[in-house]
Amino acid sequence: MSVVDRQEWDVVVVGAGGAGLRAAIEARERGARTAVICKSLFGKAHTVMAEGGIAAAMGNVNAGDNWQVHFRDTMRGGKFLNQWRMAELHAREAPARVWELETWGALFDRTRDGRISQRNFGGHEYPRLAHVGDRTGLELIRTLQQKVVALQQEDFKETGDYESRLKVFQECTVTRVLKDGERVSGVFGYERESGRFFVLEAPAVVIATGGIGKSFKVTSNSWEYTGDGHALALLAGAPLLNMEFVQFHPTGMVWPPSVKGILVTESVRGDGGVLRNSEGKRFMFDYVPDVFKEKYAESEEEADRWYDDPDHNRRPPELLPRDEVARAINAEVKAGRGSPHGGVFLDVSTRMPADVIKRRLPSMYHQFKELADVDITAEPMEVGPTCHYVMGGIAVDSDSAAARGVPGLFAAGEVAGGMHGSNRLGGNSLSDLLVFGRRAGWHAAEYAGERASARPRVDDTQIDAAAAEALRPFSAEGEEPADGPPENPYTLHQELQQTMNDLVGIIRREHEMRQALEKLAELRVRARRAGVEGHRQFNPGWHLALDLRNMLLVSECVARAALERTESRGGHTREDYPAMDRTWRNVNLLCRLADPSGGFAAGDPVRGQISLTRETTEPIRPDLLALFEKEELVKYLAEEELYE
Amino acid sequence: MSSYEARFKVWRGDVQGGGLEDFEVEVNDGEVVLDIIHRLQATQAPDLAVRWNCKAGKCGSCSAEINGRPRLMCMTRMSVFGRDETVTVTPLRTFPVIRDLVTDVGFNYTKARQVPAFVPPEGLGPGEYRMMQEDVDRSQEFRKCIECFLCQDTCHVVRDHEENKQAFAGPRFLMRVAELDMHPLDAAEESGLDRKRTAQDEHGLGYCNITKCCTEVCPEGIRITDNALIPLKERAVDRKYDPLVWLGNKIRRRPASSG
Repeated sequence: MSVVDRQEWDVVVVGAGGAGLRAAIEARERGARTAVICKSLFGKAHTVMAEGGIAAAMGNVNAGDNWQVHFRDTMRGGKFLNQWRMAELHAREAPARVWELETWGALFDRTRDGRISQRNFGGHEYPRLAHVGDRTGLELIRTLQQKVVALQQEDFKETGDYESRLKVFQECTVTRVLKDGERVSGVFGYERESGRFFVLEAPAVVIATGGIGKSFKVTSNSWEYTGDGHALALLAGAPLLNMEFVQFHPTGMVWPPSVKGILVTESVRGDGGVLRNSEGKRFMFDYVPDVFKEKYAESEEEADRWYDDPDHNRRPPELLPRDEVARAINAEVKAGRGSPHGGVFLDVSTRMPADVIKRRLPSMYHQFKELADVDITAEPMEVGPTCHYVMGGIAVDSDSAAARGVPGLFAAGEVAGGMHGSNRLGGNSLSDLLVFGRRAGWHAAEYAGERASARPRVDDTQIDAAAAEALRPFSAEGEEPADGPPENPYTLHQELQQTMNDLVGIIRREHEMRQALEKLAELRVRARRAGVEGHRQFNPGWHLALDLRNMLLVSECVARAALERTESRGGHTREDYPAMDRTWRNVNLLCRLADPSGGFAAGDPVRGQISLTRETTEPIRPDLLALFEKEELVKYLAEEELYE
Repeated sequence: MSSYEARFKVWRGDVQGGGLEDFEVEVNDGEVVLDIIHRLQATQAPDLAVRWNCKAGKCGSCSAEINGRPRLMCMTRMSVFGRDETVTVTPLRTFPVIRDLVTDVGFNYTKARQVPAFVPPEGLGPGEYRMMQEDVDRSQEFRKCIECFLCQDTCHVVRDHEENKQAFAGPRFLMRVAELDMHPLDAAEESGLDRKRTAQDEHGLGYCNITKCCTEVCPEGIRITDNALIPLKERAVDRKYDPLVWLGNKIRRRPASSG
């Protein structure tokens, strides 16, 4: 058996972005000894890339805002597929989570009377996003990082050890959740620097690993976004919910090729930027769907008046939810009205003075200047859709963030499903991280506390199996040469990204998704032969070979669920079923590992590794339904739901 | 679009030692140094160790020295080099090498822990904070820091002086002290903590002789020396006893140069 370093903790948090750090802070404050596992360096998580802001109905800029309005906007944005209790908790608790950050040292941009400023964003009825220029995610992660340090300083004073109650394991990756029977017993992982394996024993594990964007070629996501947490949950026996819903952010950079996909914040539009096609037309006016007709301006004049007088004018259609804008851009490009590099034009240069642009959108100014030689104060940007966020994720209990079916497993942030329904509104991600990160940390600490005297046992055979799995890439060469030569993990990754981009992308067709499932089966077989050179110390080829397992699992979930859902809704658009279908409104699709024993038919495209089941969602609570007008509800809900 | 073959020298090795390795590698229009490093991984050196995350200049992971200058690889475009120029990429010199371009930046995390955290004002609950934009502007500039540690790498106090690392927090964390000291609601003083004093006594502010190297390499354009370190020095000691403050003021009055 392998010699593996073992430690005991009460709560282990996998992931050190916004959700993971918020969970860790909460668990530690509630008395649990908490370990945080961080795939990168502490403070580098993908959360730093969030730009626009944190949505919270504080009502600082428009006093008409409150949690009910925020809840309504969130449900509309998600096309009513949201796990409504999550949307309710999120809308109710977000303001407290933002204010709390100030007490930890965050410095948001201010209103004239000294409160936290709030900006407009797509799908939000009022200015709602607390922000710091266009680097809000950095402020969030740094504030949480510094709060972790503050707690460590307290512990140092008391115990003489900074890490006695809260420790960050930097540059470590978890490859397996360990179990004692049905219950979680800890995690198995490796340290990048040394390549050594370790086991953290704990009754409660919070998964907060973010998203899956690195399975797509054009993406705004960073290298860590390989669906690790989604896969860990599946492998531990927990189901994933509604994985077909993948958000393509409408505005990513399209040129030069090496930066294709890098995000252009929605704040550009929130602050007045407009979208034009090659004919100079503000085309979004042609793409307002019926369900949103009453809320959006019909003329440029009305749209332009809205910025100064939102009470008497309707909002510009550039501020429709992201799925609508992304589809519209896609359609314009397809119709031959795109920009030279295959996007459309996003212009602030004719809308605001140069100094205002530089002050409000400093990162965007910098990004285009440095990477594309474009001065956004003088000329328009070229933008197009980029894979940005997965709405689907681990199925969780709304109040406790507990994963379904695996006692001791919790999930928060992007890796958890349900909150955003079929499409997430901008700004609702950072608030989601804080609200449900805290809840996950709270309930994980409580769960661990209840089991302090009867901790689950870690099974040595699971450790050995995990170690063998992790070491397989080093022995690919020479093992069963009849299978074929070792595969280059980088090549496999590129093929996977191309497959998902082309065949399960923004517009989906049945035959293409079937083709994708076949290609995924082929890649699964080849990935078993992924081989690496060199040794275990900081070896990126090895890390990628291990991440491939996760990306392949998650990609199969996306493709299978997308094939099953025969309608278009939010982040799932079917060319062969272009309309939203009310009978699908209350249907969740759950993905489970087909053969949890591990002997799955990896090479069989029909069986694959994932099985799908349908489930009917819980009816929306009547007092929450009463927040909407009947006329609006009939557009979304099936007849029988309306009369219940 | 035009491609060409570029010559690269990349430092490879570990704590035991190493050296520059030569590569010839394809470069395409619009690419940055990090793209080329990734191409080397995918085609020639699969185990070439490098840190990176966002590839958009926001996370500060891919710091290295390119032709001897500390830079982010993701924000260094290949077009700034001539096509026949050899591009040399080496790890940050101030920190111990782990492998190839990856260094042990633990120094920075140790220093971060030594700066006492924000002290919330008594009697103000969540949601009751009121601060004017002009009062948070200064600290906000410092909070733009992405912790790439290029300033820490270039600072000559520690660059070739391992012995100073104990006493000196480096520009990034002296700036953190300045940020908290300038925070309109930080209640450190009320709690008996004099941040200016600790900057001098515990974080080695006196070692800094304001040569502005840190400001020059900052990818966020933060004016570390002018806006954080010099004001902190001014607050920390009586100006007439610190000739460097006098000198700094002279330098500061020059018109702002580029870079």
